[in-house]
Amino acid sequence: MLQQAFNGLVGGAFYALLALGLSVIFGMLGVVNFAHGSFYMLGAFGAYVLLDSFGVDFWVALAAVPLVLGVAGVAVERLFVRRLTGLDPLYGFLFTFGLALILQDAVKHEYGVQSQPYPRPPALSGSLDLGLFDYPAYQVFVLVVSVLVCAATWLLLTRTRIGVIVRAATERPELTRALGIDVGRWVAPVFGFGIALAGLAGVLAAPMRAVNPLMGADLIITVFAVVVIGGLGSIFGSVAAGFGIGLVSALGNLYVPALSQTLVFIVMAAVLLWRPAGLFGREEAAL
Amino acid sequence: MLRIEDLSAWYGEARVLRGVSLEIAEGEIVTLVGRNGAGKTTLLRCVMGLHGAGGARAAGTIGFLGANVARLPVHRRVRRGLGYVPDDRGVYATLTVEENLTLPPVVGPRPWSLDQVYETFPRLRERRRSPGTKLSGGEQQMLALARVLRMGARLLLCDEPTEGLSPLIVQQIGAILRDVKRQGVTVLLVEQNVHFAATVADRHYLLAEGRIVRSLDNDEVRAREHELLEHLGI
Ligand SMILES: Nc1ncnc2c1ncn2[C@@H]1O[C@H](COP(=O)(O)OP(=O)(O)OP(=O)(O)O)[C@@H](O)[C@H]1O
Ligand SMILES: [Mg+2]
Repeated sequence: MLQQAFNGLVGGAFYALLALGLSVIFGMLGVVNFAHGSFYMLGAFGAYVLLDSFGVDFWVALAAVPLVLGVAGVAVERLFVRRLTGLDPLYGFLFTFGLALILQDAVKHEYGVQSQPYPRPPALSGSLDLGLFDYPAYQVFVLVVSVLVCAATWLLLTRTRIGVIVRAATERPELTRALGIDVGRWVAPVFGFGIALAGLAGVLAAPMRAVNPLMGADLIITVFAVVVIGGLGSIFGSVAAGFGIGLVSALGNLYVPALSQTLVFIVMAAVLLWRPAGLFGREEAAL
Repeated sequence: MLRIEDLSAWYGEARVLRGVSLEIAEGEIVTLVGRNGAGKTTLLRCVMGLHGAGGARAAGTIGFLGANVARLPVHRRVRRGLGYVPDDRGVYATLTVEENLTLPPVVGPRPWSLDQVYETFPRLRERRRSPGTKLSGGEQQMLALARVLRMGARLLLCDEPTEGLSPLIVQQIGAILRDVKRQGVTVLLVEQNVHFAATVADRHYLLAEGRIVRSLDNDEVRAREHELLEHLGI
């Protein structure tokens, strides 16, 4: 059971990284990024292509792929998402959903739907003795990286000047401009940062999950549930809910396997009945 | 300092300001009075550049420090020396009191230091680590005022800073505004409390149905206080 709980936390690590990115993007831009899962998939494919075609190893991919995707995210914001500000949120939905389909089909066209193999990095191929049980070293690595990245993001947002500006612009964009801050300048970097997190999760997923064009679409539905449970736009909520849901669904899998697919949504419905704004969300404040 | 010429503003088809012109010299405190819905908040938002999203539009010139800023983006106007105290006080819940104070950039020649702010508002020092919206209404108003002083703004646009506050706090706000004036700061104050207005301001504009219908000095305000209050519907 403890081992299953650990599996849950590792699964939760992916939810947390993706939900964190979705959450900062939603907070700052008011856009629900339906393409988030596709960027996760691109992260995994980026690692695969680098290794398969160029012989570039995991460690380089771990740094380079999120960076490149982050820059791509900045470009997407500058070129497209920016033009949708002030319009009906439906346009944001249509754009990001369309982008998701385009990215997914482009990869499908190139590599087909079968899963591509990606080996674990040699240094992490063994297992670690965690005292009570042995556990694959790579999975432990994923968990540690995810926790560190979430913690670093948290510190960035709570302890730095950039964090103050991003929080202010997230809570009240108009007021923040009225206090002399060029909010628009921060939007693209925040979008790019969220995308980079999705890319990082993708690279981390490559050695332990099937690398295929649909991997993002499969995962992202659950991540949306996670974000809703944590509270839309709440940074802390999305991370906590990410690990929490990972844990819940792993244990659910163990005890009530029949419900394993739906459990997350049952939790979501229950949370929403109890707290409509999510666990850590604030009720919509007056503008 | 500020010279507004022929300013009109619309919300969709509804015209809220109809050719407003007014002028404020450096170091003056001028109030804008008018009944609910007269367009006072809209006027301040036009000066800030906040009026214009979602079907709202404005036309006219807004001269600030000798240049027309009507086409500048909001943050660029602010950086020329505007300090805005919105009608809802504009305090962030996700920022601590101190973060609320230090968020905006310095925009003028004589910004207050944090120490100066805390000396003038000891209560803000005590609560500096609390979330901004955990403060009482009066404390939040002090925070909003302290914030624009810390920016060193040359022109303060204050939207009903005394609304809903106890007489003691209103007095305190009056003292701060007079103090600030002595340091050469200019203030455009939206105020329903005409009695208070006459104790802090140099001159007054009466806004009705989107137009400046009268310009008054303090003596006129005192002499016509009842008439004014009746007009304002208080
Ligand atoms: N967002 C909006 N959309 C449509 N109409 C609006 C909007 N905001 C204000 N108005 C209208 O514009 C007019 C002027 O509003 P404004 O808020 O400027 O008045 P005010 O003088 O500040 O009033 P108060 O004393 O109540 O604060 C009012 O008739 C109001 O109904
Ligand atoms: Mg108003």
